[in-house]
Amino acid sequence: MSAPTQAIGELRGFLHGLPGVDRVGAEARAATLASRSIKTTAKQWALEAAISMIDLTTLEGQDTPGKVRALCAKAKRPDPADPTAPMVAAVCVYPDLAHVAAAELKGSGVHVASVATSFPSGRTSLEVKLADVKYAVSAGADEVDMVIDRGAFLAGDYQLVFDEIAAVKQACGTAHLKVILETGELVTLDNVRRASWLAMLAGADFIKTSTGKVTPAATLPVTLVMLEAVRDFRESHGRQVGVKPAGGIRTAKDAIRYLVLVNETTGEDWLDPRWFRLGASSLLNDLLMQRTKMMTGRYSGPDYFTLD
Amino acid sequence: MSDTAVPSRIAVRKTYKLYIGGAFPRSESGRSYVVTDQKDRFLANAALASRKDARDAVTAARKAFGGWSAATAYNRGQVLYRVAELLEGRRVQFVSEVRAAEGLGARQGEAVVDAAIDRWVWYAGWADKLAQVRGSANPVAGPYFNFSLPEPTGVVAVIAPQASSLLGFVSVVAPAVVSGNTVVAVASERCPLPAVSLSEVLATSDVPGGVINVLTGRTEEIAPWLASHMDVNAIDLSGATRPAADDLAVAAAENLKRVVKPGDEDWTLAPGLDRMLTYLETKTVWHPASN
Amino acid sequence: MPKFEYAPAPESRSIVSLRESYGLFINGEFGPGVDGHAFKTISPATEEVLAEVTEAGPADVDRAVTAARKAYEHTWSAMPGRERAKYLFRIARIIQERARELAVLESLDNGKPIRESRDVDIPLVAAHFFYHAGWADKLEYAGYGPAPRALGVAGQVIPWNFPLLMLAWKIAPALACGNTVVLKPAETTPLTALAFAEICQQADLPPGVVNIVTGAGETGRALVEHPGIDKVAFTGSTEVGKQIARACAPTRKKVTLELGGKAANVVFEDAPVDQAVEGIVNGIFFNQGHVCCAGSRLLVQESVYSDVLASLRRRLATLRLGDPLDKNTDVGAINSAAQLAKIRELSEIGEAEGAQRWSPPCELPVKGFWFPPTIFTGVSQAHRIAREEIFGPVLSVLTFRTPAEAVEKANNTPYGLSAGVWTEKGSLILWMASRLRAGVVWANTFNKFDPTSPFGGYKESGYGREGGRHGLEAYLDV
Repeated sequence: MSAPTQAIGELRGFLHGLPGVDRVGAEARAATLASRSIKTTAKQWALEAAISMIDLTTLEGQDTPGKVRALCAKAKRPDPADPTAPMVAAVCVYPDLAHVAAAELKGSGVHVASVATSFPSGRTSLEVKLADVKYAVSAGADEVDMVIDRGAFLAGDYQLVFDEIAAVKQACGTAHLKVILETGELVTLDNVRRASWLAMLAGADFIKTSTGKVTPAATLPVTLVMLEAVRDFRESHGRQVGVKPAGGIRTAKDAIRYLVLVNETTGEDWLDPRWFRLGASSLLNDLLMQRTKMMTGRYSGPDYFTLD
Repeated sequence: MSDTAVPSRIAVRKTYKLYIGGAFPRSESGRSYVVTDQKDRFLANAALASRKDARDAVTAARKAFGGWSAATAYNRGQVLYRVAELLEGRRVQFVSEVRAAEGLGARQGEAVVDAAIDRWVWYAGWADKLAQVRGSANPVAGPYFNFSLPEPTGVVAVIAPQASSLLGFVSVVAPAVVSGNTVVAVASERCPLPAVSLSEVLATSDVPGGVINVLTGRTEEIAPWLASHMDVNAIDLSGATRPAADDLAVAAAENLKRVVKPGDEDWTLAPGLDRMLTYLETKTVWHPASN
Repeated sequence: MPKFEYAPAPESRSIVSLRESYGLFINGEFGPGVDGHAFKTISPATEEVLAEVTEAGPADVDRAVTAARKAYEHTWSAMPGRERAKYLFRIARIIQERARELAVLESLDNGKPIRESRDVDIPLVAAHFFYHAGWADKLEYAGYGPAPRALGVAGQVIPWNFPLLMLAWKIAPALACGNTVVLKPAETTPLTALAFAEICQQADLPPGVVNIVTGAGETGRALVEHPGIDKVAFTGSTEVGKQIARACAPTRKKVTLELGGKAANVVFEDAPVDQAVEGIVNGIFFNQGHVCCAGSRLLVQESVYSDVLASLRRRLATLRLGDPLDKNTDVGAINSAAQLAKIRELSEIGEAEGAQRWSPPCELPVKGFWFPPTIFTGVSQAHRIAREEIFGPVLSVLTFRTPAEAVEKANNTPYGLSAGVWTEKGSLILWMASRLRAGVVWANTFNKFDPTSPFGGYKESGYGREGGRHGLEAYLDV
């Protein structure tokens, strides 16, 4: 679907005309939802769902093909002792290792997500960013995680941000586009709301909170605002966009809180790996340990799960 | 040395160190000095703080200021009240230390410690009331809301009283922290040990590291470094004597520190608001009211 | 079957040990009433009997007032503020220590969700004692002169909607200022007051400083009309408040009243919508709407009426009604059969008067007293459901065009307890706040309470303030 172009003043007027977010209220709502008590059958469902929504991630300068292969093996078989544990949704890597992931994951159903556009800073020319995207796609990525130009956004040049997203979307071809807002750098929830709408108007398939390289990364209030945005966008524009909080989600408890947030904000249409992902790495083992405890009744330990 | 008979059980004696940033380091200078009781009998070797220790303490206090001043008043009040709970639990220990330090009899010692604990409780209860007593809505002549709020000034250096080793110490430290300031305190040179024991209480309480820092050593050596430090916002000169105190006040003027001058204070009397108010700035905010 | 069905998450009842029967707490001890009359208190969620409670007759009230007077004259008024403070700090601490137990007990007896009693009621109870403890030795700084004195013995009657919190609002300032008290909890919710009596024993509070006399309307009347009390504090219905005002008018007793309300929650077109919807929901469905300051009238700017209503209806569909002890319950039980009947009656009147009634799909448990969250649209100022306090989870929706019209409609009521304002525009907030005739104005928030923040009403919502420096006045001889 080609993204509609917006006249410069119109885009700014639209984004600035969106309802404001009262931070205190938003944080209070997120905190109340975080106090939901998810036990027994609900917890079992949530743990399995969370595992199936993970984008298992390695984005380090020191990544090697060996590291990526190990991660892919874990993605396909997260629990070495239990084949009934679900596979994760995707593996997320840098573009020059996407071909390794693609080879390992072929036919498994686990997607290959690659970051692109000079992740994480995005500070280079549009030419270079688009070349980065094409490189990732040709290497076998079926999902592309791009970063927006935060500098342009904070300077008020919404049109530039919009045009870049639209161009990247085109360069993706059939690959799904996740747009990373880097909410930790946008700081205010009003900015998060505006950036969410901007990304969706420009054609994003998913909006994503963070690169994971900046603190704070994903938080419940930020994700709440993004969930409200996708809910309202579907209402007004008829298109469903996914949400991916990434970075800082370490425990099963955190993950379950995010699922509660989705459940009570957008509703269960989004409770599916097609529309909701968790960008994480160490989270997976905690989910597996909790899952094992529910099944065996015993607290588990790190020795029983793989370090990838 | 007192008696020559060898005891059957040897006591495990305490080491008295500095309290900076929530930890107990020795002085970076490696020095210590002898602390004796009123009869010149050996009590302990206390750390002899250097100007670098003072500098580090100010850094720690500044670092802790953001979090402590941003805590709710209720939270600060609770944290400070808990300190009083812990002090009460260690009452016997403090009575013995204060008696040794100041040469007090049993009843006097107990009265002093009880007063110190009660004084701490009095200050703890001020945290969530200062804004109501010191703030106001101001009826300006125009369509504006106008209100004044007290805010903590920042890092407060305190030269604690020389003679009153616990009650005096509490009386100069508590009024600063209750409203969100952080403190670098120089304990009495002659009687530092009760203040160090108080810092042990602080370390085991919920007071975040760096909110109160305690240095022991020579007042004359350390005080000028604090008085002239450009990142210290206020200074209490109670433990300094003239003419040194005047020089300190002059040095403090370099960055316009808020100064509490030394006086002849009777620490047993009920304190007023002076010290708390000295360490408070007043912020007045205007906003139009219109439809 | 929903994808993500929250399984039952019950808070355990075992933390509470209920006695079969409770006596009256007079002069530091539990003991029987003179006449042997008793009544039962039940769980409104299941209708099970929780315990038998003594009904205090006039002779019992007299004993309690006598004990309070004796304690005042011989112990409490002479005690330095610094020592009174330490008793109150002890009580605050014990409340914190027993917090979970008190929350469960409150939810059992009152019907409110455990999440609310655990996260709102009980923490505020402890906070009230903490705050007021710190005033006991600082009264000369409270703005009432250099040595303000207590009044003497206070008779206090509290409602069933926030049982332990209302007790804290009454007892903490009274004791801090040097008074002694006789308090009567509501007849449907006596249990946490009786637990509080135990806490007073644990704190070694001198006998007679706090006395708890359980009973119903007659006990309350006996207390309020007792010639031996110096001060009357009442929170409850406007109707009873007026009776008390009449009874005390020819006496020297000081009176404070905290009565009903019909608060307007005003939502402007530039409100932060998602938070405003939360504020509307919180305003009327928190505590099942059993809140004197509930935002029971939504005044929404006509230009955003359909958007706000659509968001509101969508949000109501996620409210969870059920077992108060389930940690995921948002809406608990109605406190009594009598209150449920009243809510039903007024709702039927609403329909009869032509308003449109809507509730989200809601399964009500078979036993107990339940009412689904309900919205009435097409409501005008003349409708009874816009004028009368329903005291239940029922919202009446009206519209307005301009800020001036909003103020006019908001103020067009004999009540004046609270109001809400939702807009991103600062100057509008302050303008509305200065014109709303209400004792509490919440801007971009609702139902927020704090011991430092004075609470009380204009007009027929009562007089006097509770909390803050202003709240001390009620218990001082000034």
